[in-house]
Amino acid sequence: MSAALTALSPGQAGDICGFTSDDVQRLMEMGLVEGTTVEVLRYAPAGDPVEIRVMGYALSLRKAEAACILLDNVRPA
Amino acid sequence: MTVSAVASPPVVVTIGNPNTGKSTLFNALTGLRQKVGNYPGVTVEQVSGSARLGEREIRLVDVPGTYSLAATSPDEIIAVDVLAGDIVDLPPPAAVIVVVDATNLRRNLFLLTQVLEAAVPVVVALNMTDRLAATGVSLDHAELERRLGVPVVPIVAAEGRGIDDVRDAVAVQLDTPRIADLAINPRLDAAVAMLTKELAKDPLPARHLEVRRALIDVGGYAEQRLVARHGEAVRARLEALRSDIGSGRNLATLEARDRYSYIQGLLDGVEQRSEVTRERARDLADAVLNHPLSGTAIFVLVMALVFQAVFAWAGPLVDGIDYLTGACGEAATALLGNGLVGSFVADGVIAGVGSVVVFLPQILILFAFIIVLEDTGYMARAAFLMDRVMRGIGLSGQAFIPMLSSFACAVPGIMGTRIIANRHDRLATILAAPFMTCSARLPVYSLLIAAFVPDTRYAGGLLNLQGLVLLALYLLGILGAALTAWLVSRLYWRRPRSRFLLEMPPYRMPSLRAVLLKLLSRALIFLRRAGTIIFAVTIVIWMLASFPRAHAPTTAAVAAPPTLENSYLGRLGHGIAPLFAPLGWDWKVTAAVLASFPAREVVIAALGTIYAVDTEAEDGTTTLTGRIREARHPDGSLVYTLPMVLGLLIFYAYCLQCVSTVAVMRRETGTWRWPLVAWCYMTALGYGGAYVAYTAGNALLVA
Repeated sequence: MSAALTALSPGQAGDICGFTSDDVQRLMEMGLVEGTTVEVLRYAPAGDPVEIRVMGYALSLRKAEAACILLDNVRPA
Repeated sequence: MTVSAVASPPVVVTIGNPNTGKSTLFNALTGLRQKVGNYPGVTVEQVSGSARLGEREIRLVDVPGTYSLAATSPDEIIAVDVLAGDIVDLPPPAAVIVVVDATNLRRNLFLLTQVLEAAVPVVVALNMTDRLAATGVSLDHAELERRLGVPVVPIVAAEGRGIDDVRDAVAVQLDTPRIADLAINPRLDAAVAMLTKELAKDPLPARHLEVRRALIDVGGYAEQRLVARHGEAVRARLEALRSDIGSGRNLATLEARDRYSYIQGLLDGVEQRSEVTRERARDLADAVLNHPLSGTAIFVLVMALVFQAVFAWAGPLVDGIDYLTGACGEAATALLGNGLVGSFVADGVIAGVGSVVVFLPQILILFAFIIVLEDTGYMARAAFLMDRVMRGIGLSGQAFIPMLSSFACAVPGIMGTRIIANRHDRLATILAAPFMTCSARLPVYSLLIAAFVPDTRYAGGLLNLQGLVLLALYLLGILGAALTAWLVSRLYWRRPRSRFLLEMPPYRMPSLRAVLLKLLSRALIFLRRAGTIIFAVTIVIWMLASFPRAHAPTTAAVAAPPTLENSYLGRLGHGIAPLFAPLGWDWKVTAAVLASFPAREVVIAALGTIYAVDTEAEDGTTTLTGRIREARHPDGSLVYTLPMVLGLLIFYAYCLQCVSTVAVMRRETGTWRWPLVAWCYMTALGYGGAYVAYTAGNALLVA
């Protein structure tokens, strides 16, 4: 059972299990590779962009791009 | 002495992710012996300096911060070129210092392993080791060094700790050849080696690194250049090798996956992260500063503070410089007399340059804020909060910093767009930036507002009309920028999706030294401009206004030019005045505006020269404000009526009167097309706006 990253609320975390887009080289270089744990920290005003924690650092990305990231094992961080 | 004794010093490159303290280390190694230039042919700033390693001198070159060698933005392209030794006048590096953030090793090692794949000596500077405990990370750097096979030197760059160890390690590595034996993906390595060998027969030997990037980054910069150099056949060869290695899978995806799993193995037993320890203070700060409500409120307050500081705090300094300029002018007149030389020095040189140097306080205050906000990590939060709003007009949140800088000066603003990877986002930002009210417009606004807008106060003195008009002019600039960015985004609606991928760096206390160093370099750039372009233009105006001389100078009074009207400037103004007559300008205004096309702030000096020269024989009003208030058309009507002044203000708000901006646009876009488009478009907007204000204003006054 997987969910798009943007379906998570702040404080929730999950493990990356795939992508719905091919254009993810930049994301993967930043550490968003399969198996990595991602925590949603907060959404900016109007719900976009979203700030996440990955590999111990904080990264912000647009909702459209975050929606391509699929997570499983969704849990409270 | 033989020729070889004076051979150029070996080049050592510093490279690393953004926010790793790379520049701090660079500064610590070079001190003040650095110079800022540009890489030849491109617009990326090249910071280089010399450093001593014991007896030896090296040339240290700083590469812009990057997360990966996969080149998508101009900054990243430079990183690959520098490493591959593919830059004119810059020999291939003899060693590379890779700066990594010890608290964020995993992601930092991505770039490090990419660099390690080039056969160049490497020293790893493990920075921020003092923050390890606070972030709950423990590191065995000796074991990491053993596994990587290159020196790993723990440092705290901000406190200058470990700098000498870096020097020593580099000195040793300079003499130690290194072979690249990382073997992250042996099949890829083999393909890279094979293709590099095939291409080596051609006159331009492609380096391993470029071939690797060409293979991995499909359609990327490295591929394009390889094809340009070695012909179309390379493209087919790349395709064949790609499908061979990836068996249908994307090589870039494969690279990231392989690299991170290699890093995982590398760090296993080296790095321990306690899951419970988090940076509580940071989390708390972000919960407030990045919160949709409190964050936005604080953002507005910070911006208000910045503008308050720029306008209120600079006041006394501006007055001081004004006073000094006046005193120098008087001293020069007293010393040299009222003759040709005295007039040249006092009216030409001192008045001209002084009128420009007077902006220095405002520019420095604004830059001090920008530098501090950047160095503390707040700018990234501002970009996060503003992204949605900026996107509404077709810009990215990352355009926020360049646009803010443009309030000081569009030149650093446009240079700051390099962080934007998307080409069209970047172009939109470059074209929008010159609309922001830069500090060169400020003296024009100040003069005209002080002279023609009544100092009416509202709301118990809290608001005054002059301030409101100034605010309106700022909004007019922002409106112009928004409209332009929106138009560009309409034009390129089919463009690839733009990105906003921004690291939120940890909050840090900025170091006074680093802030002052950056401020100094900004001040020097500005003063150089004042000393060259503006100085030259001022002198040309003075000459045009002072010649031709009608009589041989017998006394001081006769030495003055008979009338300004007969001077070259007067004739030029008269010749072009019909073009600007629809805006209500006379030949003097036209001449002054013409003179300010190279740099808009020159108009003050030009008006000063024109009216001072004009009224030399008369007495009474001595200030420029007083003189322009009294200026009249030949038919006796006032020149500076309210509609004409409003039009003039709009003209200055929109017209692209700045050689430096045009030049930097040419450099940053790589073509004359965009500066030309911007110049025509902005001049047309300025003229049109002024015409509408003048005609509509007159119609309203009559009615």
